[in-house]
Amino acid sequence: MSLLSILGVLSSAIFSGTSLLYATLGEVVNERAGIVNLGLEGVLLISASTGFAIASKTGNPYLGVLAAVLAGGMVNLLFGYLVVSRKANQLASGLAVIFFGYGLSALIGKPFVGISIKSLPRYILPGLGDLPLRYSSLFKFDVLIFLVIPVAFLVWWFLFRTRWGLGLRAVGENADTAFASGRNPQLIKFQALFVAGLLVGLGAAHLTISFTMNWTEYMTGGRGFIAIALVIFSKWHPLRAIAGTLIFSGAVAFQLLLQVSGIPISPFLLDMIPFVLTLVVLVIWGGTRKQSAPASLGRVYQGTE
Amino acid sequence: MTHGSDPQPKPSFYRNKTLQVAIRYGLMILLAFLLFAGILLLTGNNPIQSYRDLFAATFGSAYGFSEVIVAMIPILLTALAVALPSRIGLINVGAEGQLFMGAIFATFAALAFKDLPSWLLLPIMVGLGVLGGALWALLPAYFKSIGLVNETITTLLLNSVAPKIAGLMVYGYWHSARETNMTPSFVEAARLPTFFGTRIHLGLVFGLILLAIFWFVMKRTRWGLEMRAIGGNTQAAKRNGIPINAYMLIVFCIGGGIAGLAGMAQVSGFYGLLIPNFSPGYGYMGFLISWLAGGDPLGILFMSFVVSIILTGGNMLQITIALPYAVINLLLAFTLFVVLARPSLPKLHKRKTA
Repeated sequence: MSLLSILGVLSSAIFSGTSLLYATLGEVVNERAGIVNLGLEGVLLISASTGFAIASKTGNPYLGVLAAVLAGGMVNLLFGYLVVSRKANQLASGLAVIFFGYGLSALIGKPFVGISIKSLPRYILPGLGDLPLRYSSLFKFDVLIFLVIPVAFLVWWFLFRTRWGLGLRAVGENADTAFASGRNPQLIKFQALFVAGLLVGLGAAHLTISFTMNWTEYMTGGRGFIAIALVIFSKWHPLRAIAGTLIFSGAVAFQLLLQVSGIPISPFLLDMIPFVLTLVVLVIWGGTRKQSAPASLGRVYQGTE
Repeated sequence: MTHGSDPQPKPSFYRNKTLQVAIRYGLMILLAFLLFAGILLLTGNNPIQSYRDLFAATFGSAYGFSEVIVAMIPILLTALAVALPSRIGLINVGAEGQLFMGAIFATFAALAFKDLPSWLLLPIMVGLGVLGGALWALLPAYFKSIGLVNETITTLLLNSVAPKIAGLMVYGYWHSARETNMTPSFVEAARLPTFFGTRIHLGLVFGLILLAIFWFVMKRTRWGLEMRAIGGNTQAAKRNGIPINAYMLIVFCIGGGIAGLAGMAQVSGFYGLLIPNFSPGYGYMGFLISWLAGGDPLGILFMSFVVSIILTGGNMLQITIALPYAVINLLLAFTLFVVLARPSLPKLHKRKTA
């Protein structure tokens, strides 16, 4: 196995992990505000198809990213209308959003099946420009990859170091107490969902505009569920989400490496890793889990009428 | 949810209430169809013609109607798989995974014992299918019963694992000589019998019998009473000496077993082989149906019928107006959205008097 193939595997792991980290960060934000969005898969699909459609129509990948981000925010607001305004059950609403995503993305993406687009421009990591081309091309990343770790820190800073983040977490722990201390739980939940949607939209944009550079139905292939697992795995913490995504991307890379080196192991076996790992970690934590999950996660805030 | 525990209302009131519920749900479904008509208009299709096609395809012919019933079988079973544990307050999001495990176990039997006669092979497949689903539910139920991990999370995680086991078995061991993405067709003895020259198979009988048993157990037996007690107030039930943990384990595993049966019925009755992505989300649809029906047996029957009209009609729309099949999910989603966002009954009364 050559150095080149190892580097190639790492590079592709970074590409596939980026969209996952954005989606995980998004879900961390809304779960911190007490809302489980099981419909992440649907949000990703709608964002991805919208972003791809705009990027293809305008020829400008950045406009595509913008469209994907806004689409993510909009879908999450729709979800917010159901679970916050109408006080609907969050699990059922999330599953409904998945089916909504299947349908709407198929509709939006239909004219764009088989079309390729101009992807986000890629820049070489600073200081590596002198490498031979076949090496340096592996270190060329687009702006969304460069931004993903800073964004994770930004989310952490907002959640744990600002008044807004404090209010958001307070709502996630106990909305009634937050209300009593002068906050507006419904507004904060909507804000959290919108921001989460923007982040998920970034992930979807990276997936379709930079990583795969095409559109196919159901292209997210369960990434939404992986992200939900990673949120639990990272104990609802944005910085631990980085570690969680690294482990997952590592598993993907490992799988590719095995394939490159010709060791016969089924990719399906390795695809189970993030889920089984999350399950094992959950069981090991056992009782301590209660302190890390937002206390009123999934609960309907009835308000004071 | 606590529908069954209500004191028996007076007949006239009851009739009114049933009518009220029927009108409400009818209006909501109508609204969903109107929303989808908007989508059809936006995409340059004639909604009236499309709906005429949809209903002609589902109600216009005996065969079309039989296809609706065929589509109803798996979601009726998965809805039951969710509704039963929901009665004791357990949330089974995992019917999708349990369905896959049932299908995998049943496929194993179909391939391994293909020389057995039908009267022996089919019961083995049913048994293994139920066992597969039940085993997949056992782990979440066990962790829940010892208070370790919430069953919602574990079942959701296991949902993503089960299809990969199906992929592993089919691509790795079971695939036919010609195609790597599916098993060879089952022998005739491993196929559930079908009726009236249609594709309706014995799975429908399983579903209806289980639905009747579910209704009977909840309404008429001590078990049903105790389960309703657990669902109503776990602490009070515990102090009354109801073995909560045993109920949790057994009821959840029975739920899983029913979902496993749905998987078995689907591979044996419908496809006659196993493909790793054979489910378009039957488990999740079952969850939604059970939730929309509030776990009520008649409601489950009605909602799964509505959902299967939508699913079957989608095939027709795909043929007559060149939209991708997946677009029919929008009609499904609109129906769900409208029902989820519905005003609760007391508010409706307030508005009436205002």
